[in-house]
Amino acid sequence: MAIDAFAPDTAAAAPRVALSEPRVVRLVLIAVALGFLVLFLVVPLVVVFSEALAGGVATYLASLTEPDALAAIRLTLLTAAIAVPLNLVFGVAAAWCIARFEFVGKSVLTTLIDLPFSVSPVISGLVYVLLFGLHGWLGPWLQAHDVKIIFAVPGIVLATIFVTFPFVARELIPLMQEQGSEEEEAAIVLGASGWQTFRRVTLPKIKWGLLYGVLLCNARAMGEFGAVSVVSGHIRGETNTMPLHVEILYNEYNMVAAFAVASLLALLALVTLVAKALLEWRYADELAATRRH
Amino acid sequence: MTLRTRSLAALLLGAALACGAPAAARADVTLLNVSYDPTRELYVAFNRSFAEKWKAETGETVTIRQSHGGSGKQARSVIDGIDADVVTLALAYDIDEIAASGRMAKDWQAARPHNSAPYTSTIVFLVRKGNPKRITDWGDLVKPDVRVITPNPRTSGGARWNFLAAYGYALDKAGGDEAAARDFVTRLFRNVPVLDTGARGSTITFVQRGIGDVLLAWENEAFLAVEELGPDKFDIVVPSVSILAEPPVAIVDQVVDKRGTRPVAEAYLNHLYSPEGQELAARHYYRPRLEAVAQRHADRFPKVTLFTIDEKFGGWTNAQTRFFGDGGVFDQIYAPGR
Amino acid sequence: MAGLLLRAGSWRKPSVLPGFGLALGFTVTYLSLIVLIPLAALVAGAAGLGWEGFLAVATGPRVVAAFKVSFGTAFVAACLNAVFGLVVAWVLVRYDFPGRRVVDALVDLPFALPTAVAGIALTALYAPNGWIGALLEPMGITVAFTPLGIIVALTFVGLPFVVRTVEPVLQDLEAEQEEAAAVLGAGRTRTFLRVILPAILPALLTGFALAFARAVGEYGSVIFIAGNLPMVSEIVPLLIVIRLEQYDYAGATAIAALMLAASFALLLVINLLQSWMRSRHGH
Repeated sequence: MAIDAFAPDTAAAAPRVALSEPRVVRLVLIAVALGFLVLFLVVPLVVVFSEALAGGVATYLASLTEPDALAAIRLTLLTAAIAVPLNLVFGVAAAWCIARFEFVGKSVLTTLIDLPFSVSPVISGLVYVLLFGLHGWLGPWLQAHDVKIIFAVPGIVLATIFVTFPFVARELIPLMQEQGSEEEEAAIVLGASGWQTFRRVTLPKIKWGLLYGVLLCNARAMGEFGAVSVVSGHIRGETNTMPLHVEILYNEYNMVAAFAVASLLALLALVTLVAKALLEWRYADELAATRRH
Repeated sequence: MTLRTRSLAALLLGAALACGAPAAARADVTLLNVSYDPTRELYVAFNRSFAEKWKAETGETVTIRQSHGGSGKQARSVIDGIDADVVTLALAYDIDEIAASGRMAKDWQAARPHNSAPYTSTIVFLVRKGNPKRITDWGDLVKPDVRVITPNPRTSGGARWNFLAAYGYALDKAGGDEAAARDFVTRLFRNVPVLDTGARGSTITFVQRGIGDVLLAWENEAFLAVEELGPDKFDIVVPSVSILAEPPVAIVDQVVDKRGTRPVAEAYLNHLYSPEGQELAARHYYRPRLEAVAQRHADRFPKVTLFTIDEKFGGWTNAQTRFFGDGGVFDQIYAPGR
Repeated sequence: MAGLLLRAGSWRKPSVLPGFGLALGFTVTYLSLIVLIPLAALVAGAAGLGWEGFLAVATGPRVVAAFKVSFGTAFVAACLNAVFGLVVAWVLVRYDFPGRRVVDALVDLPFALPTAVAGIALTALYAPNGWIGALLEPMGITVAFTPLGIIVALTFVGLPFVVRTVEPVLQDLEAEQEEAAAVLGAGRTRTFLRVILPAILPALLTGFALAFARAVGEYGSVIFIAGNLPMVSEIVPLLIVIRLEQYDYAGATAIAALMLAASFALLLVINLLQSWMRSRHGH
């Protein structure tokens, strides 16, 4: 790297000062960063709550306790309650074989696990229509045996599992890779069973990373729109999740109710962020150093 | 940790069980009505009326489940296997597509009077209060400074009626000159800044978002918008001619036969033709077929010359391929280098 | 048992740890059931069209235009995120100011906020009668229902990626190099361009690619705010939905397969970038 050694001497006089920017520059940068975040994150959030409360608190509560809204909340909770544990088990299994063993095709497997992150949600829904729709591969068989997948809860759950598929695995793999497998190997050599080793040695080491992945997985599971929209069928009180219910209310000119349900989802997002931040501050060293999603 | 894991598991299980419990009390019989966007309010009232009637006649409690969306999207759900007992869509073509997939008899339209359309509607203009752009007829929509809001004819049933109404007007005006009519709709769609996928989306864009000078809308949708959002904000303009829109209804044979719901589904659709059903339709600004009901509400529906799709375009199947098929007239409007 | 069979092979390094067969078996089965078989249905559906049919759909003017809109707006949004994300990461790592931790936590909001909620909130804000839209209107700028609106929505969904990839690298940057540059007389701008930027470039590009990949497929937040005009503001995921609603399953499948190929290519690029990043920083 060529640096002009005989350039102005101001730097030499106060090298420490030169490691930071002038005060003005710092203030400007902070202002730019905050301005950007306020414009893109804070204002939309404020709008959700202000529109939701535009009709007063009574209207707000009424829109949340109306039967269709309750049904949507129930369905959303149910979907997350199925999808998140399944992806949790998968995440642990995938991390166990990828982070603890060396085998041919490992990088391919890792890439494939990442795939749902970059597939458009609409496509995630479409593939299940192609598979389970009346004219899809399994459609006629399902019809004959009266099994309902799409336009019913199983389809919604499947689409949700698809889009939240990598969350737990992506969190655990780098964490477990970093921790290495010496402790587990020692436990096995000392005679512990595989299950004991996992429960007593591995789990305590990864619990916060696990929780972190579950948190993000859950937020996405409850908020997915595109994929679920393709497979839902939009039957009121039955196959509408909260995000779909928001869209329906929006289309009924019922802005206050739409934003009321939306505010519930926004609240969920905020709780997720707070929980996440707490985890990061308290257990920073027990979470993977390279966190990304 | 183990304790915590266990309580977490218990919590999840509890949540799953709580959610698994049926949401509503079990009804004796249920119907699923898959309908299009602007009928939400009508069917809320109509379903109540039918449930009462059915209860009185048979003692059975009937619960009607509703699904609403763009007509094409809804027909797609039925084709892909949603178990709709009845469909009440925006145009015959969408039901033809369902029939083509084998889910119902091909001659469904002959099953009920008036081409299986128990009520009719037409296309009118919704403009801002006082009509600042002085829009009085179709011809005003192609003025350079007029912004027109309509949904996408390739996905919305209402938008196809809009398109054909405009085309029919231009055809009359030009004495049957197809090229002139084509030019007219091209210029009209150049004035469209937003193309929503459904009729409701367009109404929201126009009414809530304040975009555009005129909304091409179902008559009932326009009246509803005025009623819901304040008569002091919008005016309805009725053009010199418009199209007679016939939103049809049908039974999905495959589903009612499997579920054994044919009698109640038949009764449900027939109730649409009864004086009560017609009265409800009229109250929700759908033009009733029954003369007596139409008389009673004559002041509700402005007089307008209506042409039908059969006389102007030779029926839906022809119109669909010619105008809205791949590479059809609508696609050519948006072809590059227009 | 599958585990025993697998263990017999020489395709993996021996380990004293148990459970490989079970874990791998479960992983592969679950992956196949949820992701691979459904995606195979999509690819098979597209293949059923034949090469000619596929090409005819893929080169249709409306499809090409939708791809241009999707990739173009996603690119602009990712660029915005690269610039502002870098500034945000820099400010969060290097400076201290009141509320820094709250701001740091808030950056992840787009990960946690459902896209439909973001969509209606942004539309309400940027419509000509919304809080921000009303300010821009007199200046002749319309955001909602134009490609600009799509860019706003995509910037929102991609916002955390650059910040979160650049942050740790910036944190670990050795002070010695910067000091050396300063001692040798380089100005701050020069130090940044010659010392800091090259060091964080792999992370910056990774973040950019992640934001881009996410934006290309986004649907929920865009449909509310885009005008959805064919050839102008129609994104690819919307076009897939529209094709589906026209009963054009073949067309929808072909476009989706094309999109899938693009996602896969992006994923490979991201993996390459990440291994580059790792080789540079040991992350």
